[in-house]
Amino acid sequence: MIKNGEYNGCVDMHELSVAMEIIDIVEKEAAKRNLKRVEEIALKIGALTGVDPEALRFAFEASTLDTPLAGVKISIENIPVRGRCLSCGKAIEVKEFVFICPYCGAGDLEINQGEELDIAYIVGQ
Amino acid sequence: MNKKITIEKKVLSENDRLAAGIRRKLSEKKIVALNLVSSPGSGKTSLLEKTLKALNGKLNMALIAGDVQTENDADRLKKAGGKIVRPVITGGACHLDAKMITRVLDELDLDEVDILFIENVGNLVCPSSYDLGEDMKVVLISTTEGDDKPLKYPSMFRRSSVLIVNKTDLLGLSNFDIEQVKKNARTINAELIVFELSCLKETGLEAWYEWLKDRVTAKKGR
Repeated sequence: MIKNGEYNGCVDMHELSVAMEIIDIVEKEAAKRNLKRVEEIALKIGALTGVDPEALRFAFEASTLDTPLAGVKISIENIPVRGRCLSCGKAIEVKEFVFICPYCGAGDLEINQGEELDIAYIVGQ
Repeated sequence: MNKKITIEKKVLSENDRLAAGIRRKLSEKKIVALNLVSSPGSGKTSLLEKTLKALNGKLNMALIAGDVQTENDADRLKKAGGKIVRPVITGGACHLDAKMITRVLDELDLDEVDILFIENVGNLVCPSSYDLGEDMKVVLISTTEGDDKPLKYPSMFRRSSVLIVNKTDLLGLSNFDIEQVKKNARTINAELIVFELSCLKETGLEAWYEWLKDRVTAKKGR
């Protein structure tokens, strides 16, 4: 996408297509629930998704200019990567993408959160 | 008065729904589907050219070549003997999505196909979020890149099943350390299957070809 007159790579394109999906889902939901105005959209973004929250905010703002969703508050809950070591059974949190058990050093982990890219709820009237 | 409405819906649920449809269709036809991802210039098209030439007559291969703007890669693959090659021009978008693949597959005769290669757009960030209905992602890295790339783009390495290190003929000409790249990649994904090869010098390719044939045999259950 074009920002400051320069092509700034595709990271924003990725977040842009994610923003477009969010807009689509929220518009449909708002119509279904007869909302006149949406005030807030709450998202959950897992650390494994590679989605940059700030780029997503920018993409969302850029794509909703002069639309009914302009200025909507975007709340983001960042979800850390957590799971369980299949070797020693301990609960673990994966930091800095090191998928190695900090207790026993095994690499076979069962990951049960961190892949989220969800719309949790919307607030409106 | 404001009201809070619980949604709890995946943002990419429409893509995931289409990807599930693709997976079902390919699974019914017992087709192995591989989604090739890498930075631009790591050698996805070169690897597919070599693979087409080597396995022509042994496996029936179909290819979908994603490109931001041109059909150059698809043209190269047709010249290399690809009988079923379809270009997908994303028109600026930096990744393929399930909708694009669904559209192409609807036009393809898949009855005789053993293996479908999807060459994604050269990019290690965006394609990782978009399920295309593949069996596995195959990530390529070449020895002219940084050996810390797995650490910089962990999502892609985490979501891939196979790592191909290409351009091994150039090892020693840069500070790329092949042991370090494998170590970095396995920190993120201990299960990665690794191939080290050079498309240019045609070394290390046999192991990749054998692996592909084994995948097809396993899928067909014969």
